[in-house]
Amino acid sequence: MRAHQNPSKNTIKLSCKNIWKVYGDDPDQFFTSGNGAVANAHAHADQITKDNHIVANADVSFDVHVGEIFVIMGLSGSGKSTIVRCLSRLVEPTAGEVMLDGEDLLRKTESELIEIRRHKMGMVFQSFGLLPHLNVIDNIAFPLKLQGVAENERYAQAERVIELVGLQGRENNFPKELSGGQQQRVGIARSLAVEPDVWFLDEPFSALDPLIRKQMQDEFLRIQSVLHKSIVFITHDFHEALRIADRMAIMRDGGIVQIGRPVDLIMRPVDDYVREFTRDVPWESILRAADIVESHQGSVSGMKKISGDTLIESLLPYLAEHESGVAVEDENGAIMGVVTARGVVAALAAGCDVDIADADTAD
Amino acid sequence: MPLKIDRGLMHWLGVIAVTLVCIAIQGDISWMKAYPKSLVVPFSDWMNTGMQWFIDQFGAIFLAIATLLEWPIKGVQWVLHALPWIVCTFLFCLVSYIASGWRLAIFTLFAALYIVVLGYWDESMNSLSLVAISVPLAIFVGFVFGVWGFYSDRAERIIMPTLDILQTVPAFAYLLPILMLFGFGTTVGLIASLLYSFPPMVRNTIVGLRGVPSEIVESGIMSGATPAQLFWQVRMPTASKQILLGVNQATMASLSMVIIASIIGGTADIGWEVLSTIRKAQFGESILAGIVIAFMAMIMDRITSGLATQSAEYNRKQQTLFARYRYWIIAAAGTVTFLLLAKLIPAFQEWPRDLQFSPAKIMNEGLTYVVVNFREEIESIKKFAFFYFMLPTKIGLQQAVSPFTWGFELKLVHSLGYAVMMVAIACWCARRWNNQVAIGVLLFAIFFYFGLTNLPWPALLLIYTVAAWKVSGPYLAVGTLLGLGFLVVTGVWPQAMLSLYLCSIAVIISFLFGTAIGIWAAHNDRVSAIVRPINDTMQTMPLFVILIPFVMLFKIGDFTALLAIIAYSFVPAIRYGEHGLRNLPEGVLEAATMVGCTKSQLLWQVKIPLALPVMMLGLNQTIMYGIAMLVIAALVGTNGLGQTVYIGLSDGDFGVGMIAGIGMAIIAIIADRMTQAWSKKRQAELGISV
Ligand SMILES: Nc1ncnc2c1ncn2[C@@H]1O[C@H](COP(=O)(O)OP(=O)(O)OP(=O)(O)O)[C@@H](O)[C@H]1O
Ligand SMILES: [Mg+2]
Repeated sequence: MRAHQNPSKNTIKLSCKNIWKVYGDDPDQFFTSGNGAVANAHAHADQITKDNHIVANADVSFDVHVGEIFVIMGLSGSGKSTIVRCLSRLVEPTAGEVMLDGEDLLRKTESELIEIRRHKMGMVFQSFGLLPHLNVIDNIAFPLKLQGVAENERYAQAERVIELVGLQGRENNFPKELSGGQQQRVGIARSLAVEPDVWFLDEPFSALDPLIRKQMQDEFLRIQSVLHKSIVFITHDFHEALRIADRMAIMRDGGIVQIGRPVDLIMRPVDDYVREFTRDVPWESILRAADIVESHQGSVSGMKKISGDTLIESLLPYLAEHESGVAVEDENGAIMGVVTARGVVAALAAGCDVDIADADTAD
Repeated sequence: MPLKIDRGLMHWLGVIAVTLVCIAIQGDISWMKAYPKSLVVPFSDWMNTGMQWFIDQFGAIFLAIATLLEWPIKGVQWVLHALPWIVCTFLFCLVSYIASGWRLAIFTLFAALYIVVLGYWDESMNSLSLVAISVPLAIFVGFVFGVWGFYSDRAERIIMPTLDILQTVPAFAYLLPILMLFGFGTTVGLIASLLYSFPPMVRNTIVGLRGVPSEIVESGIMSGATPAQLFWQVRMPTASKQILLGVNQATMASLSMVIIASIIGGTADIGWEVLSTIRKAQFGESILAGIVIAFMAMIMDRITSGLATQSAEYNRKQQTLFARYRYWIIAAAGTVTFLLLAKLIPAFQEWPRDLQFSPAKIMNEGLTYVVVNFREEIESIKKFAFFYFMLPTKIGLQQAVSPFTWGFELKLVHSLGYAVMMVAIACWCARRWNNQVAIGVLLFAIFFYFGLTNLPWPALLLIYTVAAWKVSGPYLAVGTLLGLGFLVVTGVWPQAMLSLYLCSIAVIISFLFGTAIGIWAAHNDRVSAIVRPINDTMQTMPLFVILIPFVMLFKIGDFTALLAIIAYSFVPAIRYGEHGLRNLPEGVLEAATMVGCTKSQLLWQVKIPLALPVMMLGLNQTIMYGIAMLVIAALVGTNGLGQTVYIGLSDGDFGVGMIAGIGMAIIAIIADRMTQAWSKKRQAELGISV
C-alpha cells in the first residue's frame, strides 16, 4: 500500500503549482493575471502583509501521486485548511494552478465542478459536517441523492460503505445520537459513497480523544489498503502523520517549509521549525528495516526474513532473543542485508544525538 | 477616592450650569418655555397633502388589493363558522397534540369549551381567521426577504434598518395610513398584522441561514450539490429550527396586531369585545373576553414553539403507509365522525344560547363590592404614588408640594435644604463610585425639583445630545439632536414630555424591581422556577389584556397606565438580570471566591459589574416594552404622544397621528441606540461579549 511499493507511483493524480491565497480588499492587485510564480515568495508575502492583506497560502506547490497518502502538517493558522480548500475549489485561489488528472481544475465551469465533486472527490471535515436532520444512512446516501440515484440503489451503496466503516446497526440513528468517533465514521462513509479517486481529509481525527483517534487511524489505514485512494490528509499531530504518511509537507505562514518522506524530515530537517516537530519522535516507530539495513556477507539461510518495510518497533522482541538478527528483503525478494540488535541500538542512539545537538544549539 | 476633575466632569457641570440658567430666564424669554406656535413647521399639513395626493393617484390600486384580500378572509371565516364548533375543537386539539402532546391538547380542549360555553365562539373565529390568513402571508414575505438579505449584503443593509423602524413605530400608527389607503374593513387588520409580523420572520431567517456551520455547507458543496440543492437540502433544513422560531414570533405578533387593529371597530372580533366592554366599564365581561385572547395566545405560542423544537427531533423513517399518514387519517375520520355527531345533536353544531353561562355579572358585583369596601385603601395607594412620585416628576417638587398634597408649603428653606442635600449626595457618590453617578444624581435632582414638563426644551435638548455624545459619539449626538429637534419644530414636544414622564417612571421602577427579582432568581432556583412561567405568560399576553385588571381597580388615568406599563415592562428586566448573573465566566467567580470575597462583595463588586452589560440590554428591552405599552395605555386616557396618535386615528387625521407616531419611534430609537451603545462600550472595556 505504500507509495514506494506502488507500481503506479509515478503517475501524478493531483498537483498544485505556486498557489497563493490572499484575503483582503483587493487581493488580485498583487498578481498579474493569476500567475503565482514570483521571484521571491518570501519578500512578496511580506509585501502583501504590509498592504493590510492576509496571506493564507504563499507559493504552495506539490504533487500527489496515485494511491499515495500525502500529509500536510503545520501549526494552527499555517494555511492547511486553506490549501486543501484551494485544491477542492471550495476556496478560489488568488493565483496559481491546480491540475487534476492533467486537467486544469481552475478553468472548470461551475457545472463541470459539480460533476467532478460528484464523481472524483470526497472530503472529510474536522467537525464532521453532518446534516443534523438526516439519519446515518440518509447522510451517507446524500451525495447519491443529489445525483438523482434511485432510492434502492443508493441505500444499497450506502450499506456497502457502512459496512466498510463498521457502522452496521446504526443506520437509523441521527448524528447527535452518535459519539464523535461514530460521527466521523459517518463523515468518512459519506465521502466514500461516490467512490472518489481523490480524498481530502481536513484534520479528521482532531476532535476525537486519543484512544479513539488511534483506533480511527488504524481503521483509516485498513480502508486505504482496500481502496487505494489518492489522499491529502491534514493534521497537526506529528505522530498521526508518521503513522499514515507516505510523504508529507510541513507548512508555516502559508508556505511549505519541507516536503519528503517522514524519515527524510526526521533525519534531515531543513530548519529548526521542522526539527521542532520531529523533536520527540519515537524513532523505533518510524525507522523501517530498510533504513538501517547493514550489508551482510555470507548466507542468510536459517535467519528470519522480513520485508524492508517492516517497522523496527515490531522487530524488537525478536531481536532481543536472536543475536544474529533478521534478514531484510526488498520488494522483489532479493536480500538487502540484515538488521541486528546492535544496529538498532546504534540507530536509536543516533536519533538521540540529533536531540542533544539540537538542545545545545538552542542554548 | 479623591474627586477627579476631568474634562468629562467639566462638560457636565457646564451642561448643568446652562440648564439652571435656562430655567432661571425662562420666565422672561417666552420661546424658552414653550416653542412658539408661529414657528411650528406644518409637517402634518404637508403629510396630509402628500397622502391625499398619493391616494388620489394610487388609491384605486390599494382598494383593489383590499377587495382581493377580503375574499380569502371571508372564505376562512365562512369555513370556521360553518363547521360545528365540535369539529373545530377536535382539529385544534389534534394539532396541539401533534405539536406538543397530551397536556396541550387537554388545555386546548378546556380553552375551547370555555370559549363555547361563555359564548365567544363567533368572535374568536373572526379573529382567528384574520390570523390564519396573515400568518402564512407574513411567513412567506418574511422568508423571501430573509433569503434575499442572506444572499445580498446590500439588500441586508436596506432591510435591517427598515425592520427596525417597522418594529419601533407604535402599532397604532400603522393603522392610520393603512386605514386611509385600504379603507374600512377587515383588510386593515390583515395588512397591519402582516406589516407587524413579518419582521421577526425576516430576522430569524437571516440569523438561521447565517448560523449554518460552514463545514456543513462545505460538505454539501463537496457532495456535489447544485446551488438550489445546497439551499433546499442543506441550508434550509439545518436552519429550520431558527426559522420556525421566526414562525412562532410572527404568529404571536400577528395575533397581537389583529387584536389591536380591532380598535378601528366594526370587526365583531374578540379584541373589539374586550375594548367595547372596557369602555362601557363592564369589567367582568372584558376580563372574560380578555381571557379568551390570552388562551388563544398561549395555545398558538405552544403550538408553534412545539413545532420548532420538534423539528430538531427528526422523525424516524415511517415504515407503513398508515403510520406515515396517520394524522391525516385521524383528522379525516374525526372530522367525519364529529360532523355526523353534530347533525344528531344540535348542541354540538351550535351551543344553545340558554346554555351559555357567564360569570360576568357575579364578577361585576364582586368587583363593585371590592371597590366600594376598599375604596380608602385603593385611593390612598393611588394618591401616595401620585403625590409623591408622579406629580413631582411631571411638574416638579416646586409645584407639587403644597399643603393639599404634602401637608406643608414649600418655602425657601426647604428648597435650599433640598439643594444642599442633593449636592452632598452627589459629592458622596463621586467619592464612593465615580463622577458619572454624581452627575446622574444632580440631573435627577434638577428634574425632580422643576419637573420634566417644566424644563425648558433647549436645556433638555442639550442634556440628551451631550449624553448621546458621551455614550456613543458624534453620530448618535447629531441623530439625537435632529430627532428631538423634529419633535420641537413639529410642535409635539409637550406631548412627548408627557409620554416621557410616564414612561421614565415606569421604566425606572420596572428596571430596579425587575433586576432585583432577576438577581434573586439567579441565586435561587425555586424563585427562578416560579418567575419563569409568569414571565412567559406576560410576554405572550396581548397588551390589551394586561390593561384590564388595572383599569378595573384604579379607573382610567395616568396611574393605571403606569401600572400597566410596569406590569408589562418588568419582564425583560427580570429575564436579563437573571441571565446576566447566571452566565458569568466561571473562572472569574472562582478566582474572586479564592481571594476571599464575602457573598455580598462577590455580588456587588464582581458579579453585578460584570453582568452590567447584559442588564443594560435588559434596560433597553424594558424601555422598548414600556413604549409599546405606553401607546396602548393611551386607550385608558393618558395624555401624550400615544393619545395624539389615537386622536389622529379616530379623526382620520393622518398627519397629526403620523407625526406623533414618528415622535414615539424617535424616542424609542434614541433610547435604544443609547443603551445599546453603553452596553457595547462596557462590554469592550470588560473584554467580554454578550
Ligand atoms: N475567510 C477568511 N478571511 C480572512 N482570513 C482568513 C480566512 N480564512 C482563513 N484566513 C486566515 O488564513 C490563515 C490560514 O488559515 P487556515 O484555516 O488555513 O489555517 P489552518 O492551518 O487550517 O489552522 P487550524 O489548524 O487552526 O485549522 C489564518 O491566518 C486565517 O486567519
Ligand atoms: Mg484548519
